[in-house]
Amino acid sequence: MFWINIKRVIKAGFVSFWRNGFVSLASVLVMAVTLFVIGSVIFLLATLDASLSDLKSKVDVNVYLTTTAAEQEILALQASLRSLPEVESVEYLSRSQALENFKKRHENDAPILEALEEVPDNPLSAVLNIVAKDPGQYEAIAHFLKSDDALSKDQQVIVRKVNYDDNKTAITVLSKIINSAQKLGLAATIVLVIISIMIVFNTIRLAIYTAREEISVMRLVGASNKYIRWPFMISGTMYGVVAGVLTLAVFYPLTYWLGEATAGFFSGINVYHYYIANFGEFFGIIIGSGVFLGAVSSYLAVRRYLTI
Amino acid sequence: MLYFDKVSKIYPDDCAALSEVTLRVSPKEFVSIVGHSGAGKTTLLKMILAEERPTSGQVFFESADIHSLKKQEMNHLRRRIGTVFQDFRLLPNKTSYENIAFAMEASGRTDEEIESDVPHVLELVGLSKKIWSFPRELSAGEKQRVAIARAIINQPDIIIADEPTGNLDPINTHEVVQILKRINDLGTTVILTTHNKGVIDSLGRRVVTMEKGRIARDDKEGRYSL
Repeated sequence: MFWINIKRVIKAGFVSFWRNGFVSLASVLVMAVTLFVIGSVIFLLATLDASLSDLKSKVDVNVYLTTTAAEQEILALQASLRSLPEVESVEYLSRSQALENFKKRHENDAPILEALEEVPDNPLSAVLNIVAKDPGQYEAIAHFLKSDDALSKDQQVIVRKVNYDDNKTAITVLSKIINSAQKLGLAATIVLVIISIMIVFNTIRLAIYTAREEISVMRLVGASNKYIRWPFMISGTMYGVVAGVLTLAVFYPLTYWLGEATAGFFSGINVYHYYIANFGEFFGIIIGSGVFLGAVSSYLAVRRYLTI
Repeated sequence: MLYFDKVSKIYPDDCAALSEVTLRVSPKEFVSIVGHSGAGKTTLLKMILAEERPTSGQVFFESADIHSLKKQEMNHLRRRIGTVFQDFRLLPNKTSYENIAFAMEASGRTDEEIESDVPHVLELVGLSKKIWSFPRELSAGEKQRVAIARAIINQPDIIIADEPTGNLDPINTHEVVQILKRINDLGTTVILTTHNKGVIDSLGRRVVTMEKGRIARDDKEGRYSL
């Protein structure tokens, strides 16, 4: 009997989805809009995230070492910097590499190259380029560099200059902007998702409101609550699946069309490539949200009319 | 079979739909309940289906107090009661066949039983040709016959018909009453409410007359007297 009932409620759900064509169509469209909002939020967060991390990686601090600092000591300092929890990466640029870079940068600038020739020794110092995990953490790193821990073994000062102090204001402002952009993105996501869920819930409630008489008739012929509820939940699930497929299908040409534009925007990602690469996750989230919203909304909406 | 023990129903605005109604219905009886609108007929029937709860008093179906049944037991009880309403109350998105099949599915009957019984009962009410019609494609009389077919399909112990002829023309009214009579002859208790004098007088069965929530008369072989 259990399997017969399962078969019957599934069939009833499908049949009512089909026969209540207009109500189903309206519900599917509203739900598709909701899922579209959810999907767009994912794209938005991904773009925001990519832009922000790009921005973050552009913020760095250079440590200029004294020309007399031995390579061993510099490597030791690099190692101790790396061991700091705030540090993402430390790149070492030796004096000769610095000179080469300098020459390359000024290869069309004869006077400077000539002046360089005049200097007997390599005037450039080695550089440690530090990227922090979070822009707010440069202060701590700069502090570390000024402390005794940054001295060489024989207590010699090998750090000549840290350019953090020059860029302090810019870094602080940027880190604030990044933080608030992340918070704003999260808040916008939550608000949009809540609004969408409420719209779907109310649409399905209206759809089931039109069937309240039917529900009372089903009660009166002695159908159990489960037997009444399940076909509605299956219809609701189908709204979700159909709306989800519709949304995924709309995203394909839309992201294709917007892909180039978004790739050029900030350092943003190409949404089309992002969509294709993460299609599995999109499929799961969109269809999953649709099914969940449809089934739960239907469950709650029918419950109201099952009290007789 | 059915026993109302001093049942009162008072709505929040202090309007008493029923006051201290005591009524006994025996098995295989055909009871007509008559009265003006607002006399409490429909409230009385709703008590049997537990659609309404009495403010005081009890309603018994056999030995069970209807309003202290659990949900599950209530579903079982409802399957033993067939209902016919003035407004038919068919499921609009199901065909005649499916409307009747739904009542059978609800009481856990097998597909084979449904396939053999539904066409049979539709034939009994004379609707074999409308088996795949939706309610919107049926006339009022046809809808009521589908409703009756649905009410009797599970071989209930009792049929409750709340003004079943209210929306029907004289010919359909006569047919519906004949069907109810036949059902009663086969041993099913029938409780009928109606405004129709002709129906009551042609039946010549027990008539309970209600007035302002009380039972004014209870005649064994009554006539319509309001």
